[in-house]
Amino acid sequence: MTSLLEVRNVRKTYPRHGEPGRRVVLDDLSLSVAPGDVVCLIGSSGSGKSTLLRCLDLLEPIDDGVIELRGREISDPLVDPRVVRREIGMVFQAYNLFPHLSVLDNCTLAPRRVHGMPAAAAKDKARELLDRFGLGEHVDKHPDRLSGGQQQRVALVRALCTDPALLLLDEITAALDPELVGEVLDIVRSLADAGTTMVLATHEMGFAREVASHVCFLDGGRIVEEGPPAQVLGAPEQARTREFLRRVLPQG
Amino acid sequence: MSGPTTHWQPSERELARRRTRSRQRRHRVVVASIATVIALVVLGAALVLSPGWPRVRATFLDLHHAKESLPSIVDGFWLNVRMFLIAEPIILVAGLALALARQATSAWLVPVRGLAVLYTDVVRGIPTLLLVFLFVFGMPALGLAGIPNSIFFWATVALVVSYSAYVAEVLRSGIESVHPSQLASAEALALSRAQTMRHVVVPQAVRRVVPPLLNDFVSLQKDTALVASVGLFDALFAAADYGNFNFNFTPYVVAALFFIAMTVPLARLCDVLARRLARRERAGAL
Repeated sequence: MTSLLEVRNVRKTYPRHGEPGRRVVLDDLSLSVAPGDVVCLIGSSGSGKSTLLRCLDLLEPIDDGVIELRGREISDPLVDPRVVRREIGMVFQAYNLFPHLSVLDNCTLAPRRVHGMPAAAAKDKARELLDRFGLGEHVDKHPDRLSGGQQQRVALVRALCTDPALLLLDEITAALDPELVGEVLDIVRSLADAGTTMVLATHEMGFAREVASHVCFLDGGRIVEEGPPAQVLGAPEQARTREFLRRVLPQG
Repeated sequence: MSGPTTHWQPSERELARRRTRSRQRRHRVVVASIATVIALVVLGAALVLSPGWPRVRATFLDLHHAKESLPSIVDGFWLNVRMFLIAEPIILVAGLALALARQATSAWLVPVRGLAVLYTDVVRGIPTLLLVFLFVFGMPALGLAGIPNSIFFWATVALVVSYSAYVAEVLRSGIESVHPSQLASAEALALSRAQTMRHVVVPQAVRRVVPPLLNDFVSLQKDTALVASVGLFDALFAAADYGNFNFNFTPYVVAALFFIAMTVPLARLCDVLARRLARRERAGAL
């Protein structure tokens, strides 16, 4: 099976005390994502999950290694990041909707301006997606009038409106209270069932166990353990994975 | 994060990418240099090849007259400098007071709020030059005991009155741009309204409006030259005085250079400060 996304030996550092390269955030990290995969990145804060997602969307330059999308190296300086991002959707923890645009305009901005879709078609498509995810009555409102769960669902729809080949979700439920988490995860679940390729950082272990095709446990910028959810979450081999799961899972 | 700092050596691919990036950088530098040179050559040629250029050079760019007029322009410019060094801090304080007055919520301060609105509306509507005339000639004419008669004093007052209205509006827009959640968290910490303004809102507001504030201050520095019209011997008046006597306009160019030399460093300083703040506050944030 050819992979959609191939990450090989990626290294990412940040400066510490003004010295470049002193803080290693991703250390020789490799990952392979096949079409239809749902890869869940788990690990404590600062383990590098978010940084990895940002590097995949070329929002951060990497210090070494190779990232390939459909066999083409996208970490090449000669590749235009905007061309790559046309194929990738990203959703952030803090929604990051544009407060000055209505829900509908948030969702049609990129299809119209970047993908050259006619306004009517973009609107129809956005309306249909918003309807499907229970946001039909909010299309003309501005984001700040919606609840956190609704805003995050809009952010998902905004990412989906451009038909991305790959969806990156960065702890999209971390800012929501528990009763709103469900409505957002339901969408992700239905996307997974429809075969959408996703890489998501999450703290929801139950959800990862249910939806993931592949779970990666990150620690100190490395993938310490990876495999099917039943194995990584059910019978972890590494001591660090066991310790992490003991802390996040109430039953131990 | 305590990433293991192993003996990492960049891979061949990474070294190749670095070479590509530095090639791209060099390419950008070359393009930028060529574009700059072309722009300068075109502008210079348009100037030098224009039919009136010899005359313009003789009347506006005469080194001899520049040297001759320099001492009196320096003396005059010192007056401009003193005037805005005095006026600027007062304007900042007065503008902030006006902006805060418009934000006041206390019932006792309602008339103050009204006055602040009236003040900005009226003052901004009057040309600054007119304000200078009104204050310089009008105030001494009142014949009130104990108020100064100096032209310098009243011209400075006119500038303070005029610019504090502009600065107040700039600061107000900054204050109103601070997100309501900031007010909520300050209130939740039981800060008083005044403490909220002092410690939470105004510091954020000022940072956001530094560029337009700078705009107003640069404008003020130039408008100190308005006092030439009421007979104060500033840089512009000195230049005009020399020019009219010697039938040469070079002193005007000299005076202009002084004003530019004053404003450019200030603008660069503000840029540097703003960048440093942005780096500190936004590092790593989404």
